[in-house]
Amino acid sequence: MAFDSFAAFIDMGGYAAWVWTSYGLAALALGGILILTRRTLKAREREFETLKANRRGTP
Amino acid sequence: MHKFANPTQFMRIANAIYPWIAGLCLILFAAAIPIALVFSPPDYQQGETVRIMYIHVSSAWLMMMIYGIIAANSAMFLIWRHPMANLAARASAPMGATFCALALVTGMLWGQPMWGTFWVWDARLTSTLILFFLYIGYIALSDAFEDSERGDKAAAILALVGSINVPIIHYSVEWWNTLHQPSIMKASSEGIDSSVHPSLLLPLFLMMGAFTMFYFALLVLRLRSELLAAKIRNARLSQIAGHAAAQPAE
Repeated sequence: MAFDSFAAFIDMGGYAAWVWTSYGLAALALGGILILTRRTLKAREREFETLKANRRGTP
Repeated sequence: MHKFANPTQFMRIANAIYPWIAGLCLILFAAAIPIALVFSPPDYQQGETVRIMYIHVSSAWLMMMIYGIIAANSAMFLIWRHPMANLAARASAPMGATFCALALVTGMLWGQPMWGTFWVWDARLTSTLILFFLYIGYIALSDAFEDSERGDKAAAILALVGSINVPIIHYSVEWWNTLHQPSIMKASSEGIDSSVHPSLLLPLFLMMGAFTMFYFALLVLRLRSELLAAKIRNARLSQIAGHAAAQPAE
């Protein structure tokens, strides 16, 4: 454990702004690309299912 | 190698290993984040800002590895016309661009408190910025043509030409004077020699592992998505062809 208290942990030795911004942006970047990927995949899955259903529907 | 060119076979393997990669990614993140932020000691020179390194070096490692994967897949696509190789490169490019941007931004956030400046136009930083533009160029080019095959080919050629930049980034800290610190790890005949204390290396390796598994897990999802897009395109085309045959022109 590198910190004596929770306040010291948040303070990051006076470098709180730099450290927390870095970790926050990393979380945002990784989370963002994960959400975008899953959303596109789900939309395409739905579209493909509709296309298949339509094809069966038309004589 | 060539048997992986078959999309069905490739995806069968990829889907089978997906839960393992995703699980390993979660375990590695669960270990890496608390060790990186709480349990590892501050650096004797850089203090708590050394914690930025775990994100910065992991992102930089991925931006290089992903570019290598894109270049290798582009070569396979151009030489053997493997469609899976092209899809793997296409699916990887946005992730490579994301990690490259993250490496640049976290580098700036580390540079300002430690060097006193966000940015210097030295070899390491400039060549990394060029890598970011190569990623953007690749993504733009692969979608720039009406005929997607032409766009993919142009993008693949750009990826191969741009691969000269990867060794330049790697060796830039040795070839030119720079503010950027030299490589923290050197492979020698006596194994891996590092200037970094082991207590800082553990969170770094865990974070690099977590980032790497994150890339491979997402790559499987993105390949699934790219293959579906191709299937949708084909279904649309055959639908149009079917309509044309059913209703001959008057």
